[in-house]
Amino acid sequence: MAISPSNEKFQTLPVYDSAQRGFAPLIELREIWRYRDLVTQLVQRDIAVRYKRSFLGVAWTMLNPLGMMVILSVVFSQIFHTIERYPAYVLTGLIAWTFFSQSTSAAINAMVWGGDFFRRIYVPRSIFAIAAIGTGLVNLLFALVPLVLVILVTGVPLRWTILFIPIPMLLLVCFALAVGMLLSTLGIYFPDIVEMYQIILLAWFYFTPILYPVDILPAEIQKWVKLNPMYPIIEMFRQPIYEGKLPTIETFLLSSGVCLFSLLIAFWIFVQKSNDFAYRT
Amino acid sequence: MMQQDEMIRLENVTVRYRLPQEQVRTFKEYAIRRLKGKIQNIEFLALNNVSLSVRKGEVFGLIGPNGAGKTTLLRLVARVMYPSQGRVIVRGKVAPLLAMGAGFHSELTGRENIFLNGAILGFSRREMEAKFDRIVEFAELRDFIDAPLRTYSSGMVARLGFAVATDSAPDVLIVDEVLSVGDIAFQEKGLTRIRQFREQGTTIFLVSHSMSTIQKMCDRVAWLNHGEIIKTGSAKEVVAQFETAMDSKNS
Repeated sequence: MAISPSNEKFQTLPVYDSAQRGFAPLIELREIWRYRDLVTQLVQRDIAVRYKRSFLGVAWTMLNPLGMMVILSVVFSQIFHTIERYPAYVLTGLIAWTFFSQSTSAAINAMVWGGDFFRRIYVPRSIFAIAAIGTGLVNLLFALVPLVLVILVTGVPLRWTILFIPIPMLLLVCFALAVGMLLSTLGIYFPDIVEMYQIILLAWFYFTPILYPVDILPAEIQKWVKLNPMYPIIEMFRQPIYEGKLPTIETFLLSSGVCLFSLLIAFWIFVQKSNDFAYRT
Repeated sequence: MMQQDEMIRLENVTVRYRLPQEQVRTFKEYAIRRLKGKIQNIEFLALNNVSLSVRKGEVFGLIGPNGAGKTTLLRLVARVMYPSQGRVIVRGKVAPLLAMGAGFHSELTGRENIFLNGAILGFSRREMEAKFDRIVEFAELRDFIDAPLRTYSSGMVARLGFAVATDSAPDVLIVDEVLSVGDIAFQEKGLTRIRQFREQGTTIFLVSHSMSTIQKMCDRVAWLNHGEIIKTGSAKEVVAQFETAMDSKNS
């Protein structure tokens, strides 16, 4: 073939080589960046589809936690009458937990039932998990509106410590992404995980001090609860809003360490296994 | 490495599926069988030591009976699958028509679906904005573009998928029996578009069961059977041999 001007363009075309050597997690990160618009699109789709046919639409993201809060307050405020302004207490924990449980479940579902995609077109596999967490994050931001409302109504003073909230939110995102990726890798091999996870979540919910304060537990059990990675995250989310207190440096560093470390491990495992996914689904 | 004008190259590619003899879907079952040493996998070679090379601007066809490994081969080129052994190299932007309409959601409007599908195909939002009008025009869906996809007929959905996937000329186009899209008029329009791509230098990788399509479109053809390449050569030659073989098998 003659050397023509178009040949120059030809030489610069991107090349996909299955034998390409490289550090897989780094390659995946580059691919995620290249497909970043897809993340936005998937998040938009999930939010639009969920509310498209309902009359109140996106307002449900705010009404949902409020409804939960009302029910839980009616049921539990008598039991935990030592806690002042119980609705505000329970709602702060509940919002953080709901984000975690919904977005991890969505990530697993997208991977396990999204098989159709994997057989038809290449997209970076982790995109689905990331988009699921992204959707959860948007819902979490919406849920902050009724939270502020409840704070004002119940008379919890609005303090500057609330500005700390993006940090526990970030940790929550890291940890949810880690759990979502790890479980969706497992879920490709054992779809039963999807059902099992719902039960695990329920147990996990009661094992985390969300409805109750940690100090009602016997010291013996408190030790164990403090090993639960969700415990410090929920506390860091709740305390700045509800008590106007910042977490201690140790709590903050330890929890950040746990979240980042689990994310790194989960991402690494996910990337190692992701070439297998098309064979399995 | 690749030669100067090579677009697709497969070197000794093997794809091995492991099919468990019985489906083991739960942990409990898996654990029990594992302990008893009863996990036995049947190995199934979807592709066995396949090598081929497609040059720039070629229209390359794949023929063979059902289950010969044609779709697996397309998936390798589309990067959907990873070879168990061997190496796959593909140069340039690939438009897999097997991904037509991937991610379409029936509750979203045509407009929303165009942007979503475009992002799945790897285009940025900005690129899609530039393409949008052309896509709607080609799909002939101007009046319906803001209606939800569930109100579309299946032909309309297929037209939209085709229009998004083929809006700009890719370097490599993967076609899997796609020419059965929409009505006769739209099929003709689709074929015309594929021919235009070919004139612009797009390399086309085509799977079809229709020997007349293969002979009309392809420069070279590979005949695949049980995961192995029986023969590669000019379209006329390979199709003739394939048909003779099929006839003698049937009679």
